Order: sequence, then structure tokens, then C-alpha cells
Amino acid sequence: MRVLAIDTSNLVLSVAVVDEKRVLGEITTNLQKNHSVRMMDAISELLDDLDMGPEELSGIAVAKGPGSYTGVRIGVSTAKSMAWSLQIPVVGVSSLQAVAMNAFGFSGGIIPLFDARRGQVYTGYYQADQAGLAELVLEERIMLLTDWLSVVKEQAKGAPLLFLGDDTAVHRESILADLGEQALFAPVSFNHPRAAHIGWLGQKLLMQAGTVHELVPEYLQVAEAEAKWLAKQNG
Amino acid sequence: MSRQKESRYQQRVQAAYRSQLTAGRPVTILGVETSCDETSAAVVVDGTTVLSNIIASQADIHKRFGGVVPEVASRRHVENITMTIEEALQEAGKRLDEIDAIAVTYGPGLVGALLVGVAAAKAISFARGIPLIGVHHIAGHIYANRLVTEMQFPLIALVVSGGHTELVLMKEHGHYEILGETRDDAAGEAYDKVARSLDLPYPGGPHIDRLAHEGEANVPLPRAWLEPDSYDFSFSGLKSAVLNTLHNAAQRGETIVPANLAASFQASVVEVLVEKTIRAAREYDAKQILLAGGVAANRGLRTALTTRCEAEGLSLVIPPLSLCTDNAAMIAAAGYVSYTKGEFADLDLNGVPGLDLTASCAE
Ligand SMILES: [Zn+2]
Repeated sequence: MRVLAIDTSNLVLSVAVVDEKRVLGEITTNLQKNHSVRMMDAISELLDDLDMGPEELSGIAVAKGPGSYTGVRIGVSTAKSMAWSLQIPVVGVSSLQAVAMNAFGFSGGIIPLFDARRGQVYTGYYQADQAGLAELVLEERIMLLTDWLSVVKEQAKGAPLLFLGDDTAVHRESILADLGEQALFAPVSFNHPRAAHIGWLGQKLLMQAGTVHELVPEYLQVAEAEAKWLAKQNG
Repeated sequence: MSRQKESRYQQRVQAAYRSQLTAGRPVTILGVETSCDETSAAVVVDGTTVLSNIIASQADIHKRFGGVVPEVASRRHVENITMTIEEALQEAGKRLDEIDAIAVTYGPGLVGALLVGVAAAKAISFARGIPLIGVHHIAGHIYANRLVTEMQFPLIALVVSGGHTELVLMKEHGHYEILGETRDDAAGEAYDKVARSLDLPYPGGPHIDRLAHEGEANVPLPRAWLEPDSYDFSFSGLKSAVLNTLHNAAQRGETIVPANLAASFQASVVEVLVEKTIRAAREYDAKQILLAGGVAANRGLRTALTTRCEAEGLSLVIPPLSLCTDNAAMIAAAGYVSYTKGEFADLDLNGVPGLDLTASCAE
């Protein structure tokens, strides 16, 4: 069973092919360049290197968000269209969980985060399960970082908190100011998502995959115009 | 990620193209269009025969916002894209392996919306190893006419829609020369703004058109002819004149009959569009005049252009309404021309919001 995994939900572009036993190959760049231009070439190059054609794939896993709206849409549109063409299942995996996977075995609270502007972050609270894998404890959300820090502090009950993601660099000072030594930061090589993780996570979900058409991004918030319109209806 | 040697994908595409040319079968193209608020997919044979043309319209959603909201449109496209394509194949009675190429609008339009269609088209092209064709949205509107009747060159195409007002000269298939375009608002935009000032719902075009037929064009409004030899358009002055007329009347406590104002506004827009088109047709000895774009649905414009063309002995083609508004059949029709020339896009095809009509689609 060969699964193609794709992540274009944030600045990193990552594509991988995994099977039950191994990661067959992965291309990951952090160039912050146009995913629309580069992603299909990356997939094409990876499959060529693995000497396999798209018809040899038996499933697709894609980072479904949260993240850049456009980036998430490029990944999800590609994944579902390719899966539809090949008549294979497709699943969406949380972009935050993909980053949280980098903290394999860490025993404290795992906090992946992406900057969401205006002091907000996309984030969630993960914890290692018995096998050491990141399991969601507090649901993913978009929240002011300052509010989120008090939430995670309460949940952690004094346990160390590992903040992951390239954007932690932007918020490092505020996190340290609030949490002090309770906050940990990983070396940069642990900060970006890897499609290999997404492929591995996705593999287990593919059995229960719904129809291709049902796959939609997870934005974690409604479009601004829609939010305003809803507010007006209720106000 | 540029590499020197030909990718497997490129080899497969070339092999598929060669075998199609050798077989000499009719060319079946899947078209995809997501440049604005319609998710559309269609199957067209030889650029002329529509087997299916599915349009998932979002008009009802955007109505509440008084205009198309790009983020909302993009979200809907992702939700609808594969379902729409599947329906297009089903209705056409075709399997995906019977499709020879995929043509997609890559500009101009809303970038987030374009990217959904482009991503989907590239994914399908890659998965199946069939040629990918990037189509200019306006070329698509023009080629909607070929679904009605064969094109005769040279021809003059008047393209009017919510986002465009262009006068295009075509001397052969796939070659476009822009004679004139709007310097400010597109005709459709002017319609929307005037409609709003008359408290008519969005989109304004059909409402103004309906109202205009109930009124008399007796409100003096300017015609923007610009320089005597210019084929360009300008509608912002006219729009301001309408707003001023309403404003002044309100200050004087007079009432303006909305139907008359609508009729006068429409008369001004239509007269300029029609006269410039006729002048261009004469100057370039056009064998055909094509009307294209969503505003081609406008009865006032259709009637006036028909009358003038008859008087001048010019041949006029107006596609049926379903082919005037955004749809993927027109994209597949335009894509067929690139197919016959072997002009294919590569996997780095991007959505280009301000794409130039005269730019080549081939990489
Ligand atoms: Zn259009």
C-alpha cells in the first residue's frame, strides 16, 4: 500500500510516499515560495525518483489545515482531484498534528502553533499516548496567544510544554514571559511539518475514508465576510 | 524543481498526444472553470460539440454580500470541484480514460478561485498522463461562439462581462489583438453600481435591463466616445452622471422615474458599445461579429447590435444565454485550438489574476 502525502498548508512544501513499513521518499523545502507552481513538479520528481507511476498509489493523505487558506486549498484540491482520477481513497490530516508528530516520545504538553496574525495562533494541545504518539487533548482552535497560554498552563499542571513550529520564533518572547522555564523550544529541525508523518497518520485513516467529494479544508474559522453577515443576522 | 531530462509525466503526455494524432479520432476535452463564482466542468468534442456543461453556481450565496466575496467563492470551489467534474463526465457519458486533454482557466480572475481549478486540472492531467492546456478566460468567452457556429476570420469580438469590456480582433484561431478595453469600470461593474443606486439587488445587470424595457430613455446622460479613433471604453463618467442625476433630483425634491433612468443609462452604454464595434468591423473588414461574456445576456444590447448589424449587412453571432455566462464548455472549446497546435502547459502552471489575453498559454 503506497500512500502519497502532501502538505502545502503553510510555508513548508512537503511531499512523501510511504508504505506500511517505510518512508520511500520525501521532498521537503522551506523556501516560502509559491506552492501552486512547485508542488506538482515536486510530486512528479519524487515519483520519478521512486520509479513509480501515479497508478501505483493506493491512497492519498493531505494536510487539511489549519494554515494559509490558499495553501490548504491547493493541497486539498490537488489531493482530492488526484484521488478521484485514480479512484483511490483520500484523507485529510491536521496540519498541526503533523508538526506535533515531531515531538515523538516527549512526555509533557505538545503545543504546535502557526501564526494567524493580530496576536492570534492556530494551535492545539497534544500529549504523547502510550505508544509515544501525539494525541489531541484540547481541541484545535484559533485563539489569541495570550489567552491560549493561560489555557495550556492550566491543562499542563506544571508539566513542561514544548512549543513547535517555525512561527514559535515570532512568539518566543511572549511565551517565555508568561511561562518561563515551563516552556521549551525544539531545535529548528523539529519545527517544520513532514509529509512522511502525514502519510503515516493517513494510512491508518484511509480504511475509513469517506467519498473523495467530502474532503474539505479545515480553516478553523469562517470567512470574514460570512462572520460579519452572520453577526448582522443575529444582531 | 527544474530538471534537465524529460519527466515521466512529459513523456506520457507526448505519447498520449501522438497516439491521438495517429488515430485521428475526435478530440474529447474536459474543461474546468473556476475564475469567479461558478464552479464549472464540461466535456466538449473537437471544440464544437458540447456533451455536457455543468455549472455549480454560487450566485445565491454571494447575493447576501452584494457582490462576489473571493474567500467565500474559493471555499465553495474546493467543496464542489470533483463533484462538478464527475457530473460533467456522467452527463457526457464518458469515462475519464476517454478524455484526451484537460483545459483550465488560468486567468484572469480571482486568484484564490483560479488556483482551485488549476490545482484540480494539473492533478488530473498528472494522474492520467494527458495534456494540460491553460486557457485565458476571455478567449473562452470568445470561443463560446464556436459552439454555435464556425468562426470566420477576420472577426471582431465584443466581450462584455462583470469584469471585462474588450473589443478584440482575431485574424486566425488562437490569435487575439485587443483593439480597445475599458479604462476604468467594466460595463458589468457600472451596471452593478447603478443598480445599487436604484436599490436594485445584486447582480444589477438583469434588473436594469428589465427596468429599462419599462421606461423611456429621456434622461440626458453622456456618451463616452473618448478620442475619435479610440476603441477604448469608459463607464465611470456615465456612472457618476447617473448618481448626480439622482442626487440633484433628491435635493430639488423631484422624483426620477427609475425605469426612465435605467433606460437612459442602458441606452448610453449600448450605443457606445455598438457603434465602436461596428466601426471596428468596418475598419478591419470583419466577416463576423461575435458577442461574448455575461452582459451578452442583456436584451437591450442584443437587440441594438442585431439591428445595427442587419442594417450594415454584417454577420453577427450571439451564443445562447447558457454559454454567455461563465461556463467550462467555452474553456474546452478554446482549449481545443491549443490542442491542435500542441501548445500544452506544464505542471508549474499557475493561476494568474491579471493574465494578458495576448500572452501565450504554451510554456
Ligand atoms: Zn467571464
